[in-house]
Parts: sequence; structure tokens; C-alpha cells
Amino acid sequence: MANHTVAETLPVPFLEKTGILSWILSTDHKRIGIMYLVSISTFFLIAGAFALTFRFELLTPEKNIMDPHTYNVLFTLHGAIMVFLFIVPGLAASFGNFLIPLMIGARDVAFPRLNLGSYWIYLLGAIIILIALLKPADTGWTFYTPYSIQTETDVIMITLGIFVLGFSSILTGLNFIVTIHKLRAPGMTWHRLPLFIWASYATAILQVLATPVVAITLLLLIAERTLGIGFFDPAKGGDPILFQGFFWFYSHPAVYIMIIPAMGVISEIIPVFARKPIFGYKAIAYSSLAIALISFFVWAHHMFTSGISEVAATIFSFLTFLVAIPTAIKVFNWTATLYKGSIWLHSAMLYALSFIWLFTIGGLTGVFLGALAADVHLHDTYFIVAHMHYVMVGGTVMGFFGALHFWYPKWFGKMFNENIAKIAWFLVFVGFNLTFLPQFILGTQGMPRRYATYPPEFQTLNELSTIGSWILGIGIFIVVVNLIKGLFNGEKAPQNPYNSLSLEWSVPSPPPHENFEEIPHVTDWTYGYGKKQNTEK
Amino acid sequence: MEVKAHAEQHHIGIKVYFLVWFALTVLTGVTVWVSYIDFGLLNIVIALTVASVKAALVALFFMHLRHEDKVTWIFALYPLGLLALLIGLTISDVFYRVTP
Amino acid sequence: MEEIGIEHGHVHHIDPAVGYESSKLGMWLFLATELLLFGGLFAVYTIFRAKYPVLFEEQHHELNKTLGAANTVILIFSSLTMALGVASIQKGKRNLLSILLAITIICGVMFGINKYFEYTAKFEHHIYPSTSIFFALYYMMTGLHMLHVLVGVIILAVLLVLNIRGKFTEKYNAPIEIGGLYWHLVDLIWIYLFPLLYLIA
Repeated sequence: MANHTVAETLPVPFLEKTGILSWILSTDHKRIGIMYLVSISTFFLIAGAFALTFRFELLTPEKNIMDPHTYNVLFTLHGAIMVFLFIVPGLAASFGNFLIPLMIGARDVAFPRLNLGSYWIYLLGAIIILIALLKPADTGWTFYTPYSIQTETDVIMITLGIFVLGFSSILTGLNFIVTIHKLRAPGMTWHRLPLFIWASYATAILQVLATPVVAITLLLLIAERTLGIGFFDPAKGGDPILFQGFFWFYSHPAVYIMIIPAMGVISEIIPVFARKPIFGYKAIAYSSLAIALISFFVWAHHMFTSGISEVAATIFSFLTFLVAIPTAIKVFNWTATLYKGSIWLHSAMLYALSFIWLFTIGGLTGVFLGALAADVHLHDTYFIVAHMHYVMVGGTVMGFFGALHFWYPKWFGKMFNENIAKIAWFLVFVGFNLTFLPQFILGTQGMPRRYATYPPEFQTLNELSTIGSWILGIGIFIVVVNLIKGLFNGEKAPQNPYNSLSLEWSVPSPPPHENFEEIPHVTDWTYGYGKKQNTEK
Repeated sequence: MEVKAHAEQHHIGIKVYFLVWFALTVLTGVTVWVSYIDFGLLNIVIALTVASVKAALVALFFMHLRHEDKVTWIFALYPLGLLALLIGLTISDVFYRVTP
Repeated sequence: MEEIGIEHGHVHHIDPAVGYESSKLGMWLFLATELLLFGGLFAVYTIFRAKYPVLFEEQHHELNKTLGAANTVILIFSSLTMALGVASIQKGKRNLLSILLAITIICGVMFGINKYFEYTAKFEHHIYPSTSIFFALYYMMTGLHMLHVLVGVIILAVLLVLNIRGKFTEKYNAPIEIGGLYWHLVDLIWIYLFPLLYLIA
């Protein structure tokens, strides 16, 4: 084939090579992205199945199918796997890998082999966590001391796994920062970058600078259990709340590691399907950086009822309100972009619109919780559970599904069934709200989280929530089946099905190995919809 | 720009490296010596100041931070700010708790 | 961390000058994470030193100031030889680099030997990480640092072998510079550990 000049000019799609080695040894960012996508999706489904199981236990006030210990283990694993194996690597590692080089006009990331190494490290961490399932921890995903020092379950293995995953996260973030700094195509200035790139950049900064602190904290927890050091043990003069502080010094910024990439996705989807330039480009771009900055200042708002000092609580309450500002800026700008747009309700757009609505609920309830007096009442109730699921599922998972439906044609070169996708979206949306909206009410009524049983007066709302979880489960199942089916018998995708102006749509679907035949020269920003609609690149 | 940065390193003379090394060794002697004298609270201030001067020498000369661009400076200094934040805000909790 | 160093030679899809700048920026970012990894321990140190000043004052006398000072001098010297090594390969003096790398490695090993004697002396006095908060900090901080010295020595050894095989030239020497950056960080952290643990007045 290589002998024919015609064949040589035809780019080879990156998916062409087959065989397991062509995957696990590939340094192509698009393939690494797929490996992440498959891995994180698998863990998303596993952790989701855990949730369905213990949500079934909560159908009735009394014990149904599991004892309290099993319940504790299941919610711990649901949290730990969702957070560390799905949502933290999540969009950043899968779509970040696929999109960053394509969007900035590069052939690959700055360190392709390191990129593959990050994936292997991720796998290693995942394997360690799977081994930890032999004697699973029952501490909750936050591993609070002193219980995590005392429990008989295997805390060491799972924290070791998370420690290893931290390295993967750091190296991926490092790779992306360098890539965005050094490999942008000629003319791709900072203010012409797609907003997903700004979001990925902010995320990468958090990955690089927050993760080491949790790494050392978990290392200390392991040392506490193995060597008997006493930093977190009051009996030895230590301070258990110190652990919480250090843990959240990472884990609060990590919340933004989870959500900022989804914000980037939404900023890409909305202008395309509203056929309008994005409103407030710079405000959205810089608010990503602002979130990355401020998110380091707010960690102790997770600890208002842990016995921290009033001075600290007051400072952190104030700082917490600050982080709502850049977030609100984004929501206003997305809404302004929609105004007077000619809106195409593609399934990706439906997810994007759901994101705005659900994330706003999640974000605003977060502001309630930032207020000290309200938090004392609501802390450790189902209100918290509902709040964080509105942010993480209503936000990140909607963003994730939006991204999947939006870039699917580009990534796999196939189309999925749009009608089924819309039905699935409807089920996901309804199921999600039915699951978690009642939990806000349960929380305000005082139902505490993390118990396998509850008083009978909470039953009706819990029934609604459990039924909602079934609808949500069915919806997600249909999403998965629909997308997998599209891989096998979907129509061939055109190069640019949505007339997007972004660089990744200027290459064939799926993109060739090394992306661009010639590195493009960029002359305008990505969002020139409307007046420049006909000047396709 | 890249080529320029690369070329600049050749200008750091061998002599400068030896001078920096000499300064570092002398400063090590100074901290050890100071630790035997009681200045009260000042001891830790002196120790940390000397350590910071040494660290700055290593970073600026041995690690060529002097010749790096703004981005490198930001990523070299930003963690220090975060560390100060972590320590400062933790102190605002630990030492201001009302003990019953 | 090794990957970054080795990476550079194989980046075929980007211009070598950009590759050089990229790997340097990448290493600085990695150093930032290292700084924060130790930063967590520095924060723990600050809290407990402020909480238990008397304990820290009393127990630090158990540490061997002389050995600590000797190790400081050794590491600073190794930083010098490392910096000279980078300068020499940038002028194409490959053999000089080999010698300087070897000296740097020997310094690292000497540091380790000293630490070995230090730790065994502590164990003989029945001082373990669980003995007190101070010794927990001592073992965690110096232990984590020792681990970095070890990794550093391995990286330098790999670079030495590669250099003997003629991999590095006047034009291509980024891995040396990047390995050097890592080694300097090891020195830099020790510069703080030494007064904080050994020289409490």
C-alpha cells in the first residue's frame, strides 16, 4: 500500500491497527484516551451497581438484604471507586487525552510515552484497589481517622491503590500543562484556545499541585497503621482533625478536578448547538483558572461540625462563598449564549442543558452548606448526599454523557441512534431527579446519611428515591447499549456533522494517526458562529 | 527563545558554581554554629532564613532558575504559596480551638 | 520521574528545541509536586513543633548533629559536581561528565551509608517511629528523603551508563540537565530538613 502515492496521501485512521499489543503499547493519545474511557466507564458501572444494591436496601426502614457492615462496605466502595477510579481521572484523562492535541493543533501530547506510563500506573492502582476488595474497608471514601486506624478491615491496600492512582493523575496533569504551553499550533494564541483547553489546563494545575498532599496524607495513614506513628491519634498526642484538614486540602480541589472538565465540555457543546459565538469567552476562560486558585482556600468547609476552631470556621465560610462567583459567571455566560440562539436539541445538547440546570441546583445548595448555621443542621444528612450528587452526577456525569454523544462521531467514526439517545437522556434525567430530589427533603427532615436502617416516617421519600435509582439505572443501561451498538452497525460519521468550527472537526472521523497531515495555521478563535458560518476551515 | 535560553547557560562560569558551593558550605557552618547559641525564638528564624538563602542559591544557580522563563518561575514559586496556605490556615484551626 | 528524562530522545513528532523546553518545564512541574509532597510533612512538623516545643527541644538531642552536618556538606558538594557535570556536557566534555556523575553518585551513596549508621544507632537506643511524635516526624521526613536520594542515585547511574555509551553530546543533553534538576531538589529539601530536625535550639 505504501508504494502507491495515492495511498500515501490518504491518512490512516488511528483505529485501523488491531491486536491487544497495538493498544497497550500505543503512545497515540487517541488510543490512550480510549483505554481510559473503557476503564473509567467499567468502574462507573461497577460502582453504580453497588449504589443500586444499597439503594435497594433503603427501600424499607428495616433490614432487607444486607447487614449494616455490608452496607458500610458497599457505600465505601461506591464512593471510593466512583471518586478515585471514575470521576477524578474521568473526563480529564479520557476526553482530555483525545481532545487536547486535536484542539490545539498538535500531533500528540508533549510526552507520549509518559502518557502511556500514566495509564499503566492507573491500571496498577486499579488492580491494587480490586485486591483490596478481598477484605474491603468500611470507613467511607474519606478514610477519616481515628476510625480508619482502628477498623479491622483492609484500609492499607485501598489507600495504597489511591496513592498509586495519585501518581497517574499527577503525571497526566503535568503532561497536559506542558502540552498546552509548548505544542500549540502557530497562531493558536491563548485567547483563541477552545474553552475545553482552558478547563483542562485549570484541571491539570489542580492535579499537579493538590494530589501530592493527599499522597503524603495517605502515606501517613498507612504509616499510622503499620509503624505506629501518632500524628492523627489523640492517644499519642496527635490530632485526628489534622487528617481531615489534609485530606480535604486535596479532596476539595479534587471536586473541581471532577467538575471543571465537564464545564469545559459544556462550553464547547452550547455554542455549536446554539449557532452563536460563546458569550463572555474570557470570563469563562479565566473563571476556570479562578476556580482552580480559590478551590485551595475552602477545604475546611467539610469540617464545620468536626470541632475546628470558630476562627477557622468563619474564615472558611467566607472563602467558600467566594468560589461561587467564578462558577456563577460560567452559568450566566452559558445562559447568555443560548439567548436568541437557533437551538438544535441534539442529545449532546440535552445533556448540556441538563448540566446547567442540575449543576445550578447542586451549586446553590452548596452555598447553603457554606453558611455555618445552616451547615450545622444539614451536615451528615441526606441533604449533603443530594447536594454532592447534583454536582457530581448532575454536573460531571451529564457533562461526561454530553461529551460522549458530542464527540462520538469524531472519535469512533460512527453515528449512534439519535432517537434512542434522546429516550435514554429522558430516563437518565427523570431517574436522576427522582433519586436525589427527595433526598434534599429527607436531609432537611433530619435523616442522617450512612445508616442501613431508618425510622418509618422517612419511608415514602426513600421509596421514591429507590424507584428513581432504577429508572436512572435503566437510562444509563440504554445509553451504554446504544453507544456500543453504534460502534458495530452505526452509519459512517461525516467529518463534521454539526458544522463545528473547532480544529478537531477539521480532520477526518476518526482522525488519522498523528492527527494532522500538516500542522494548521490558526487565524481566528474557535467560536465564530453566525457571521463566519460559511468559511469552513 | 528556546535557543537563546540554551545558549545562556554556557555563560554561567565554572567560577560561579564554585563560589555558590563555597557560600553554601559557609552557610551550613553558620547554622550549625548559631544552633549552639541561645537567641530564644530568633534561633528558628535565623535557621530558616539561612536555609532559605541556601535553597535560593541552589535554585537560582545550580538549577538555572535565573535563566528560566516566567512560567517556570510561577510553577516553582506557586507550591510555596500553597504550602504557606496549608500551614497558615491549619494553624487558624489548631491553635484557636476553644478547649472545654 | 525517570520517564521524563528518557522521554526526550524519542520525541520524534516535535522540534528538538521545543522538546528540550518541554522536558525542562515538565521536570519543574514534577519538582513542584515533590515540594508539596514534603510540604505536607513540613506542615505536620510546624503544627506539632508549635504544640510540643519542649518535646522537640529535648528529643532532638538524640540526633547526631555531626553526622547531619557531614551529610549536608556531602549533599552540597554533590550538587556542585552535578551542576559542573551539566556544564561540562554542554561543552561536549563527555569524559568529564562521566567523572563528575560518578562523584555525585558516590556522594549519594556516602549519604546513604551515613544514614544507615544513624538509623541503626537509633534502633539500638530503642528509638522507633512510634516512640514519639518527634521521632515519627524524624523517621518520616528523613525516610522519605532517603527514598528520594535512592531514586536519584538510580537515575544518575542510568545517566552515567548512557553517557559512557556515548548517548549525550554537546547538542543533546537534556536528560542530564533534567536528572540534575531532580538531584538538586534532593539537596534543596535536605537543606531544610537539617536545621529543622538536628538544630533545634
